[in-house]
Amino acid sequence: MPVYSLEIIVVLLGIAMLMLDAFAKLDDKCSIAWLGILGLIIVFGLLFKVQWPSQEAARGAFWHFYSYGDSMALYYKGMAVLTTLIVLIMAADFGPVVVEQTARSEQGAHSQAGLGEFFALPMFACAGLMWMASANNLVSIFVSLETVTITFYILVAYLRRNVGSLEAGVKYLILGALSTGFLVYGFAWLFGITGSMELPEIKQVLSEGTIHPATALFAFALILVGLAFKVGGAPFHTWIPDVYQGAPTPITAFLSVGSKAAGFIVFLRISSLFLASHVLVGQVSIILTVIAILTLIMGNAGALPQTNFKRLMGYSSVAHAGFLLMALACSPRISQAAESLTPAAVIAFYLGAYLLMTLLAFLVMTNVRVKGGGEDLDSYRGLFRRSPFSAVAMLVSMSSLAGVPLTAGFFGKFFVFSLAVQQGRWILLIVASICASLGFYYYLKIAASMFMSASDGKGPERVPSGISVSLPTRIAIVFLMVGTVLAGFDPNLIFGLFQ
Amino acid sequence: MTLIELIVLLPFLGVVAIALGAPARFAALGSAFLTAASTLIAAARFNPNLEGRFQMISSHPLFDPSGFPKLGLAFGIDGVSLVLLILTALVLLAAIWIAPEEKQITKGNPRLYYICCLLIGEGAIGAFSSTDLFFLYAFHELALIPTFLMIGIFGHGRDRVRTAWTITIYLGVGSLILLIGLLMAVWNLGGNSFDISDLIARARDSRTCIGTPLQNYIYLLLLIGFGILVSLFPFHSWAPPAYAKAPTPVAMLHAGVLKKFGLYGLIRVALPLAPQGAEALANVVLVMLLGNIIVIGLITIAQKELDRMLGYSSVMHMGYVFLGISSGTRLGLMGAVVLMFAHGISIALLFALAGALRDRFGSLAFNKLGGVLKLLPRLGFLFALGAFAAIDLPGFANFASEVMILFGAFQPYPGSGPLGSLQWTAIISVWGVVISAVYMLRAYRNVFQGSLPEELQSAAPVKFSRKDLVPSLILLVPLIAVGLAPELLLQFLRSALGGISLIAGG
Repeated sequence: MPVYSLEIIVVLLGIAMLMLDAFAKLDDKCSIAWLGILGLIIVFGLLFKVQWPSQEAARGAFWHFYSYGDSMALYYKGMAVLTTLIVLIMAADFGPVVVEQTARSEQGAHSQAGLGEFFALPMFACAGLMWMASANNLVSIFVSLETVTITFYILVAYLRRNVGSLEAGVKYLILGALSTGFLVYGFAWLFGITGSMELPEIKQVLSEGTIHPATALFAFALILVGLAFKVGGAPFHTWIPDVYQGAPTPITAFLSVGSKAAGFIVFLRISSLFLASHVLVGQVSIILTVIAILTLIMGNAGALPQTNFKRLMGYSSVAHAGFLLMALACSPRISQAAESLTPAAVIAFYLGAYLLMTLLAFLVMTNVRVKGGGEDLDSYRGLFRRSPFSAVAMLVSMSSLAGVPLTAGFFGKFFVFSLAVQQGRWILLIVASICASLGFYYYLKIAASMFMSASDGKGPERVPSGISVSLPTRIAIVFLMVGTVLAGFDPNLIFGLFQ
Repeated sequence: MTLIELIVLLPFLGVVAIALGAPARFAALGSAFLTAASTLIAAARFNPNLEGRFQMISSHPLFDPSGFPKLGLAFGIDGVSLVLLILTALVLLAAIWIAPEEKQITKGNPRLYYICCLLIGEGAIGAFSSTDLFFLYAFHELALIPTFLMIGIFGHGRDRVRTAWTITIYLGVGSLILLIGLLMAVWNLGGNSFDISDLIARARDSRTCIGTPLQNYIYLLLLIGFGILVSLFPFHSWAPPAYAKAPTPVAMLHAGVLKKFGLYGLIRVALPLAPQGAEALANVVLVMLLGNIIVIGLITIAQKELDRMLGYSSVMHMGYVFLGISSGTRLGLMGAVVLMFAHGISIALLFALAGALRDRFGSLAFNKLGGVLKLLPRLGFLFALGAFAAIDLPGFANFASEVMILFGAFQPYPGSGPLGSLQWTAIISVWGVVISAVYMLRAYRNVFQGSLPEELQSAAPVKFSRKDLVPSLILLVPLIAVGLAPELLLQFLRSALGGISLIAGG
């Protein structure tokens, strides 16, 4: 079956879920979530069976907008589907909180009014992410990016009785619109100087070197503002802590993984245009290096004093964006042929590892939020006694995020450090090492409070009632934990998926 | 599956069994016992005459993209790793044996206790038997989080969480420095593979070895990285509080086994890959090791509690191992490895006995104890034996290793003319023996001899039972055996260390 049918299926699935929500008489709206989950599992399976059309058909106009024969694109589509799948599992758990903070008790209203769309909207974001993975034209990049972003605006502000959620939504909307403005200006400028919307042609024109470097760099700078906003690159990261803290927890997870992956796909594609030109590559590298160093410092230092777990995950997201930007900044100045450890491969691996470990943390966080009632680090005190399963899962996730060896997160940092050593970027290496050490502290802080609550002198922990974990969540947690550890032994598990 | 892979797998199977519900102490003891048995079988099957190669090798290539060094889960042993594996297996078995029964573990979940102990042992075993540089590094780091949890949850003292943080972050920073040094070394040797034999062969070949100015930087990074793990002066401050506050099995495993990983790394990796760097930095190392022996030695004398004193003494003895390594002669290196074994066992024994004392009397402060020999004669006797070993009395393995190290330091001396810095360092470090005699004998006198303080006059502590005796014997018997017949270990080391060609320092 043709490859673009995947996005079509996902969109149809989303529409079906909306129709169900509007017209079917369901007692428990969570069944809409289950429909979505099942559908996504089928789509994930179909990913391995899609076919690219033949070479003659590939000359049609459609393929000006959709890249052809791109196994990396299939990998990112798989990441989008997997992320949405796990977010829906989290959302199903999160249902009671959504209902409590959106619905108004009106006569005749369904007791779970307002919940159905919470499950349906991520599907459209998923379709946007999948499209973006294959976009090779400035217009389709923009359209898919906006599909994802606008869906996120709604989802972040979804809990309309919760001031934090509304504030987060407004902040995200205003700052996002501003950054989109820069992005569009940058795209328009790029179109103006190169005369084409299609990425291969733009690359061609830029590497010819006939364009004045200042104008090309101006385009790059404008686009950089827009993209750095999306991925959380400093100094455009300031929205992240507030928005992550205010948004509903499953949406924070989706933002953290999905939005970052999307941003990096586009970032990679656009940077490679500029890095291909030997006139521009020196200065673009410097710009990327400076942004990477700033992001590393702001993300890691900012996480140290945090007491709200979601806010801490926001800063952690910025910190990981720093490592990813570091990989991008280490793009070789002289392109080496037949190198399979390119920055693109390293970033793809890191994002895959990031998906595993972050979603694992968020699954546990959602469960603790719904059943245990808190988002502060204090809510995790003594978690090992209340639910050893959740505590061990969170420990694996935190260790992987910190970069303890034999986890997937370590390999991510390992490859990034290898790139930097290979290219001889010593300042980046020193900054990154210091920041990685900081990471040991703030990630293990949670581990300390989960396991060592009797010895930290803060008084007795809360009533140690057990926290139950539902079966689908358990399955998802086990899958992610096993993936994190196995990928820590054999990076081919992730590398093999896109090569 | 080769024997070595089995040895690496056994503690991990113990962990899985405990996680799935098996009785914790039984499963842990079982896997530790089987590991020790398999290690002794491996020693019996080892061929001591093969020079410069690993034996019992197995290899599962994992990751081999073009343009990046290949990684593989590869194991194998040579003489040095065999000796250290035996050390690990013995200390692990003794540590698990002396760990408290499940019902006595009240500060946390007993399963977590035994799982963490086994994981620390697993990390050491994996690190010593890896022939792939990446997994050598990664397995050692496996012990980091279990140590953090053990000290923070099950340790002693009110500020144990702070100590847990200190050791974790300090060792984390050290491991990052080490990682960068290792990556630099691998990339500059051609960047083809992480396999250690491959890397050493490339380093020996003058066409592919690392260029000289770069070697100095790489060796410096590796020295600092491994040095932090070994508590080389001045990177030692994490060690004594950590050993004092840790639960007994963790103190035994850390001071006895994990510390030796840094030294193993220097011998296995840093010296062969960057020999000119080692030569250039030789005098720096000599000064640092004197810091360990003399400065830390004097600090040890000033300690007022037994556990901190033992912690500082273990930092002090590492100076001798560095002396052996710095001599660059085969005799010195053999002495260094035997001292690693001897020190590991003797310090584990001393920590085990100190732990037994702490369990019975609640405190290890010298002013609160005294005359314990009357109450626990057997424990006192064993402690005396451990103290004598630490003082390098003949009959114990420590003496044999000291002698080899000191003679090895003098071997490069041409016989006439002024003494070089290596020889002067050896002369000064002999004072370390005197210092260790002072603090060990003082400790013995303060704790075991003299009169009982009033609080203990009517104490009736738990008698020294088989549970305490067996682990002590597991450790003591090899110590005396190697002391009386060092050939037991030297037979393995001769061929392994002959291959490391160094330009003698000093």
